[in-house]
Amino acid sequence: MINKLMTAREAVRKVKDGDTLMVGGFLAGGHPQNLVSALVDTSSAGNLSIVSNDTGTQELSIYELIKSGRVKQIYASYIGSNPETGRLLMTGEASVQLFPQGTLAEKIRAGGAGLGGVLTPVGIGTVVEEGKRKIDIDGREYLLEMPLKANVAFIKAHKADETGNLVINGSARNFNIVMATAADYVIAEVENYVKAGEIDPNYVNVPGIFVDAIVKVG
Amino acid sequence: MNNREFIAKRIAKELKDGDVVNLGIGMPTMVANYIPEDVQIMLQAENGILGVGPKPALGEERLDCIDAGGNYVTTVKGASFFDSSFSFCIIRGGHVDITVLGALEVDEEGNVANWMIPGKKVPGMGGAMDLVVGAKKVILAMEHVNKDGSPKILKKCKLPLTAIHVAKTIVTDMAVFDVILGEGLVLKEIAPGLSVEEVQRVTEAEFVVSPELKIIVV
Repeated sequence: MINKLMTAREAVRKVKDGDTLMVGGFLAGGHPQNLVSALVDTSSAGNLSIVSNDTGTQELSIYELIKSGRVKQIYASYIGSNPETGRLLMTGEASVQLFPQGTLAEKIRAGGAGLGGVLTPVGIGTVVEEGKRKIDIDGREYLLEMPLKANVAFIKAHKADETGNLVINGSARNFNIVMATAADYVIAEVENYVKAGEIDPNYVNVPGIFVDAIVKVG
Repeated sequence: MNNREFIAKRIAKELKDGDVVNLGIGMPTMVANYIPEDVQIMLQAENGILGVGPKPALGEERLDCIDAGGNYVTTVKGASFFDSSFSFCIIRGGHVDITVLGALEVDEEGNVANWMIPGKKVPGMGGAMDLVVGAKKVILAMEHVNKDGSPKILKKCKLPLTAIHVAKTIVTDMAVFDVILGEGLVLKEIAPGLSVEEVQRVTEAEFVVSPELKIIVV
């Protein structure tokens, strides 16, 4: 069996200059705090594109990452809890693209699921439709939203087994599950690490094949 | 009772037993405090909970059980958790009966603006665009006028839109309107002590007065 267990410092070396990085979590819930900290403290990768629902809050390590000057592009749905993302948007120091939350989730899902895009009625008649193709299906207009993929994803789980199977509890599932499908290299920060077979297959939220590295914290 | 409590109390009467309801941040959240005892609803939080319960006791807070505002919550009997993609399947797929949201502006066509003020505040749309497009009924909870006394119920919204043709009911501290697509606003209820003329003076939009005009009871 491939040993996927490593330190945060080892795992985040996978992030290279110019990469797109997905960061799971919804505000503080399910945020991979230690992985993002390790990236901020031990990696020099810059020119990054970040995909995150909300880019976190001022109390989280993603705030330091956004502030570090190493991010050139951000894809998010809500940035009201991270004033630094708002500042980057206002000054134009980074490109900040906002999507409806459900659209962001589906763009990532499309990226992971091999779809060429998704059609959604959300955003029709608003600035969200600017520059996008509109397609009429049975008399209703939809926007064509393109897939989002990443080089690396940082996600957070309650428990992993040796094969990488993950259990994610409660509302911490949020973007962590879908992001696990849409990146070339997926690093899971986990609170518990157990032997293969110790997680009942009925309760696996992310199958181990999606997970490349496991970082045990706490 | 202040205006916000008055509005929240009135909206609580719109909820029916068995409804799936999503409440926005701020005044809409207050609606949960006034739901009649014989009405059982399922509160949805777009970060992945169906069956949101009250605040947890001190010391019982868990980061994997937060609502979309980042507040610690509990779950009620029969609750479930899911990821963001599935959550917006519930929302966009028409499985939410009622969503209650605040608004900066609404107009005669049911267009809503509630997510940004150009040059001032760009917090992002979060799940609002998906919610107003996907929910079966959109109720707006809003003060009737801005702090400077200017109207918020307009002939045509000026701010960037959240969605077009979505508002069904508008509840303010002065009035309750229904929005009839293609026809406009109908004044259904009026706050105690107010005249129709007083409401019209602070409402830019045209409206017709329902023949069954009632006084708002909370």
